[in-house]
Amino acid sequence: MFEVQPVTRQAFIARGALTAGAVYGLGAVGPFVKQAMAQEEGGDVAILNFALTLEYLEAAYYDQALKRVGGLSGDAKSLATEIRDNENEHVDALASTIEDLGGTPVKAPGVDFGKAFASEKSFLALAQTLEDTGVSAYNGAAPAIESTDVLAAAGSIVQVEARHAAAIRLLNGAPISDGGFDKTLDMQQVLDAVKPFVRAS
Amino acid sequence: MTEPAMRELADDPTSRKRFFRMMGGAGAASAFGIFLAACGGDDDDTQGGSSARTETEKRMDASGDLAIVQYALTLEHLETDFYNAVIDAGVITDKALAETAKMIRDNEQEHVDALTATVEKLGGTPEKPMTTFDSVLEGGPDMVLETAAVVENLGAAAYLGQAGRIKSKEILAAALAIHSVEGRHAAALNTVAGKTIVPDGAFAKPASMDEVLAEVQPFLA
Repeated sequence: MFEVQPVTRQAFIARGALTAGAVYGLGAVGPFVKQAMAQEEGGDVAILNFALTLEYLEAAYYDQALKRVGGLSGDAKSLATEIRDNENEHVDALASTIEDLGGTPVKAPGVDFGKAFASEKSFLALAQTLEDTGVSAYNGAAPAIESTDVLAAAGSIVQVEARHAAAIRLLNGAPISDGGFDKTLDMQQVLDAVKPFVRAS
Repeated sequence: MTEPAMRELADDPTSRKRFFRMMGGAGAASAFGIFLAACGGDDDDTQGGSSARTETEKRMDASGDLAIVQYALTLEHLETDFYNAVIDAGVITDKALAETAKMIRDNEQEHVDALTATVEKLGGTPEKPMTTFDSVLEGGPDMVLETAAVVENLGAAAYLGQAGRIKSKEILAAALAIHSVEGRHAAALNTVAGKTIVPDGAFAKPASMDEVLAEVQPFLA
């Protein structure tokens, strides 16, 4: 946790990379670590690729939901459409930022959301989890970002993720936040949280 | 948590460590904890490495961070005062909306408490602005909700505008934990006001200190 002992950028990346191995298979770890450690600018690229994976996951979630959830209400449908479009914009922006920094954007992961699309209720329940996790992931990773430009972009995206989370929570009849401070998750915690939904692509 | 307990946490590094052990693992450590840790002595130079930064540079960083935290505190006081005025005046009669206003007020009060403690730990004197919302309250519930949405969107933009300027990684982490909650408030109030949850589209826009202070000027007595 950042708040106890500031995690160095290298430790943050290394720990995330180890978990990424567990999630995406060993093949994914090679480039992940190489990008992260090999060059001076690698740290931000690794964090951006981590964010890109999450955005791919979110975009796929809403995309599939719009096709598969039967009898989606008007409110849920228009929100899912708006959020999906936002996530796709995040994907594009992150991928091009990674390229600008000389990195290689990760490919979209394979996904499997289980029974989440069985009903509007189950769709919205997992949507809330994914959006909250996204917020905590960006908040956890952001202090490790070196470039102020990349930090500004991450901040700009995380606020939109938080807006999504609140809107989904309103539909779920849940409180819009859990207290005054959004929880921070490190890369490992995030990867653990999304592991059930990621498959080899 | 009681006020004396918070003080103890703020002042005593040992109890702070105990606190984190208590909270550890579950990822439950609050940003309040982050704030306190951020201010715990001179080991928070996260730049590290052999390029040792001078004492003068460190002092300048801390003084810049202090100004930013004080600025954030001013905004949080303004928000807390606003919701308290709205709740006290009983302007919002819808039960669900009134509950939401109270929940947001509680969040803002938590921000005030955390930021106040942080200003003190950074060696500053927390300042509380005088505020006035009479003109908004007189406008009735629609104007109150509209203003709430404006203020929350502005607050979120204000934090975003400072993120890149904060030197301490721990204060940055805490500011981000608040920033996204302000974003949540903004989206909820935009929904209530019948507006899009993402007025800037997929990428939220920052606002500078000057822009924000000009916007809130009518509410500062």
